[in-house]
Amino acid sequence: MRLAGRFGGAALSLLMVAVLGFFLFRVVPGDPVVSMTRGRPVTAEMQAALRAQFGLDRPLHEQFWTYLTSLLRGDLGTSFTFRRPVAEVILDRVGPTVLLVGTATLIAVLLGLWLGVRAAWRRDSAFDRVTTGVSLTLWAVPTFWLGMLLMMVTGDLFPSRGMRDTDTAPDLLSQALDVGHHLVLPSLTLVAVVCAEYALVMRSSLLEEMHAPYLTTARAKGLRDDLVRRRHAVPNAVLPAITLVFLRFGLVVAGAITTETVFSWPGLGLLFHDALTGPDYFLLQGLLVVTAGAVVVMNLLADLLHGVLDPRVGVV
Amino acid sequence: MSFADGVRTGRGGAAGAFLAHRTGVAGAVALAVAALVAVLAPLFIPADALDVTRVTAQAWQPPGAGHWLGTDHTGRSVALLMAQGTGTSLFVGLTAAVLSVGIGTFAGVVSGHFGGLLAGALLRVTDFFLVLPALVLAIALSTVLPRGLGTIILAIGLTSWPSTARMVRAQTLTIEARPFVERARALGGGHAHVIGRHVLPSVVPLVLVNATLSVASAIVAESTLAFLGLGDPTRISWGAMLHQAQLHGAVPQRAWWFLLPPGLAIVVVVLAFTLVGRALEAVVTPKR
Repeated sequence: MRLAGRFGGAALSLLMVAVLGFFLFRVVPGDPVVSMTRGRPVTAEMQAALRAQFGLDRPLHEQFWTYLTSLLRGDLGTSFTFRRPVAEVILDRVGPTVLLVGTATLIAVLLGLWLGVRAAWRRDSAFDRVTTGVSLTLWAVPTFWLGMLLMMVTGDLFPSRGMRDTDTAPDLLSQALDVGHHLVLPSLTLVAVVCAEYALVMRSSLLEEMHAPYLTTARAKGLRDDLVRRRHAVPNAVLPAITLVFLRFGLVVAGAITTETVFSWPGLGLLFHDALTGPDYFLLQGLLVVTAGAVVVMNLLADLLHGVLDPRVGVV
Repeated sequence: MSFADGVRTGRGGAAGAFLAHRTGVAGAVALAVAALVAVLAPLFIPADALDVTRVTAQAWQPPGAGHWLGTDHTGRSVALLMAQGTGTSLFVGLTAAVLSVGIGTFAGVVSGHFGGLLAGALLRVTDFFLVLPALVLAIALSTVLPRGLGTIILAIGLTSWPSTARMVRAQTLTIEARPFVERARALGGGHAHVIGRHVLPSVVPLVLVNATLSVASAIVAESTLAFLGLGDPTRISWGAMLHQAQLHGAVPQRAWWFLLPPGLAIVVVVLAFTLVGRALEAVVTPKR
């Protein structure tokens, strides 16, 4: 029953995402065609033609119906700047973002959880103070500024633009090395910011377990401190932390937008930047629907995962 | 013990308890300095000095005599830009936080106090916005609305309220389950009485802590939107300076004097708000 509720809630959220995407870009002051063609030499006839092409000349409820039905078919409309279907444009950019976000999240989770556990276990130690202090400071650092700073400090050590050089040998190994080389700075930027959050979450999660009676029992059995931590405290404390990793997926998305903009990483984040500088409303609407939808799905996964990992929750 | 009691029973009162947190005090001092700069800057900086068409200094000058933080790509003094930008960053951060915490408190109290369909729907909407990445929504909002300070404030305020709403709702439910609220109801206290006399006083300290932390994230959000080129083009802010730095190639030019100060200022002010918030949190919710 709870499981059905979870899926129903996620489905409702997805519908709300779709509705939000529609109304945000329709019920705004001004004519979208006028804003999109601003600064370009267009006649009134051309604007009218565009309006007809995008279906903006029809009544709102009709537009909404067309929008919903085409959305279900995976049709997100046509991009004004790329002159191609939005879905295609987005699909082209998914790979680089998954590579960047995946690498960064994996490193950030492992490093953040490890730092958080060590900091909490020796509360108020020098290690704890430094970790908490650095994490709080990193939390205050704007992602894009950190990226620019890394770029300036490392100089020519790492490439700072794009994902691969044009003159790299076409064989797989050289290509992989080239992409890896380009990946260093953007993923480092993303790791620094996200990792701080995970460390703080893991730390407070473990601190809540610290005075639990079962730890006293484990110690009374004569277990070494190390074993009490590894076998008893951490497995319990890591559950909420892992769920939070999924829940804070939106944070990673936000970080990806600015990181990709700074390093011209050819993913969805850079596409976001292109869409808003256009402005290309249909592309932006598609990106909003796709990223928000992905976040909703990640949250559903977090819920299900929590249920599997922690029998006490009892979802499955 | 309610949270309001906790404040009063603190050692030497709330002020004394706050002063015991050294990092919080350091944050408060940093904020006082920033506020002073923000107020004084417009009074002392001549308009000519920040007008791109009237500056006479050379572009990309490193720090030295005359321009102790160097000049930007148009020859304006970075030090003066920094001072002028302080006001914008603080103003947007504070107003956006007030808007966000205001909406959040309203939604939290309403969905916590009133049961039924309305509360259920409100909770559903809160959870929906809690999940969505606020920055993405803020970007979409500031793209469709006309550029300006008001748009930035609206975009941040309208997208960052759900966490406050969740927290306020939880506190409202906790308070309303207590016997003295039941007694107030039994004696004929209506909604206005229960909310005004019991719920709000217990929610306010938490909301204040939350507001302080909200200002910190609002300032980061402002700088991010400005960096993406969505800020008010007529105003100088720290984020807008970094937008210019990116646009005009401060990194390839090795113009560290144009890149470091705005970022450091953001970090210091955001960290200051965070530290003050954490100290207030420790005062408001004493360790059990």
